[in-house]
Amino acid sequence: MKSFHKKKKHISTKYWLLIFTGIFVISIMLSMTLSLSGGPLNAIAGYVLVPMQKGINDAGKWISSKANEFKTLSEVLEENQKLQEQVDELTVELNTTKLEAYELDNLRELLELDAKYPSYEKVAACVIAGDSSNWFDSFTIDKGSKDGIEVGMNVIAGSGLVGIITDVGSTYSKVRSIVSDSSNVSAMVTTTGDNFNVSGNLKTMNESQVITFSELRDKDDEVTIGTPIVTSYVSDQYQQGILIGYISSIETNSNNLTKSGTITPVVDFEHLQEVLVILQKKETGAELDQPKDTESSDTETSGTESSEVSTEESSEEASQDDSVTQQDTAGQE
Amino acid sequence: MRRKITLILIIIICYLLQSTVFQAFDFAGITPNLMIIIVSSVGFMWGRKEGMFVGIICGLLIDIFCGFYLGVYALLYMYIGYINGFFQKRFYPDDIKLPMLLISASDIVCNLVIYLIMFLLRGRFDFLYYLKAIIIPEFIYTMVISIFLYYVLLKICQGVEVHEKRRAKKFDL
Repeated sequence: MKSFHKKKKHISTKYWLLIFTGIFVISIMLSMTLSLSGGPLNAIAGYVLVPMQKGINDAGKWISSKANEFKTLSEVLEENQKLQEQVDELTVELNTTKLEAYELDNLRELLELDAKYPSYEKVAACVIAGDSSNWFDSFTIDKGSKDGIEVGMNVIAGSGLVGIITDVGSTYSKVRSIVSDSSNVSAMVTTTGDNFNVSGNLKTMNESQVITFSELRDKDDEVTIGTPIVTSYVSDQYQQGILIGYISSIETNSNNLTKSGTITPVVDFEHLQEVLVILQKKETGAELDQPKDTESSDTETSGTESSEVSTEESSEEASQDDSVTQQDTAGQE
Repeated sequence: MRRKITLILIIIICYLLQSTVFQAFDFAGITPNLMIIIVSSVGFMWGRKEGMFVGIICGLLIDIFCGFYLGVYALLYMYIGYINGFFQKRFYPDDIKLPMLLISASDIVCNLVIYLIMFLLRGRFDFLYYLKAIIIPEFIYTMVISIFLYYVLLKICQGVEVHEKRRAKKFDL
């Protein structure tokens, strides 16, 4: 009797394995094509785990704040002195900026221009959990659809771009950061207006805290180390004009037409605790509901592989008339 | 029933630890993989069926909170749990060699598969770099943690089994 029972169980395990394999293969297919999220699973996981993660995080913050209180007095005094110096410096800077802003306002009035960058409505959120695999850089924040967050909204911290919302539960949402290996952002040089592609890279990020960029067309060599990089107006996912970082190295590709190199992001991704979510999605004419801008083999060019792609690029160069938009769609699909 | 509740509690606690506490205690950005320790251990302690279901739950958790496509980790962990279940017959609690070997093999296989499907297919060919920077550090960190976690899991599993046997005896009488 008992052996029969065991045998029955044994068979059913195999069947279970097959059934679940089928289910998961289908769900992988669906999430590849339809960018499907967990649905009810998300809700359950969100209600069970997110409160606990919040609790642990709060405890951690409390401990680290207590640890900070034990800083010695001399350290604090030294820091105070440094900060005072900085305050003086910044006050001077502020005054000149104010003057310039006044002048700018006047000029804008003359030109009847509105403010170029509208101040977006934002919501603050705490990072409550990191990525449990070591391959990608994504994290969970403690605000979700209840707070008006939707898939595709931009996430910033301080003055710089952090990433984009890829999945939303009712009380949490998932953010893929721009340094994650699968991330691609259309970027722009502030001084020249050249558009190009910035992609996260695990290797360069691990080695020297930088991410890679490619396909920069800079004929007059105006882009140098230290040039600020912002999100481009052609991007269909990121609001324009958010600071990404500064160029830290640059080299000309073997095709002598485009340049690639690395960018140091302005956000400290190692110690990210609080972020701001911009409650406004980029408005594009076509309804492109594709939060995953990953699988694009032709834009995945880091500095080392550029030679292989150069032939492709030069053929693309032939039809350079509206290359900017082409490049962006390639990066986003 | 008691098995299921214990397992779910263990999974939740370990997931919480992995996603919050160990993120703060990372070595050069590398965090240990507690989920693979649970999936593998339950597999060789309790057999294929339990290993498979624990693999599904752990995998789905990772998929929901930080996966790329829903089901990739669930599928991977399910098979890892199931395959570890084949070693139940050769498993003796006093011998730590086989559990360590199985856990490390599971961790490495899991990372190799992730590298294959998510990096190699996107043209990141520098395998040696990823081996040095991700796979081996994670393997070492996971091993260090698993020496402790394995004994905790073993004690919990044995406790549950003792309880089950006692109940079964009661019914026999």
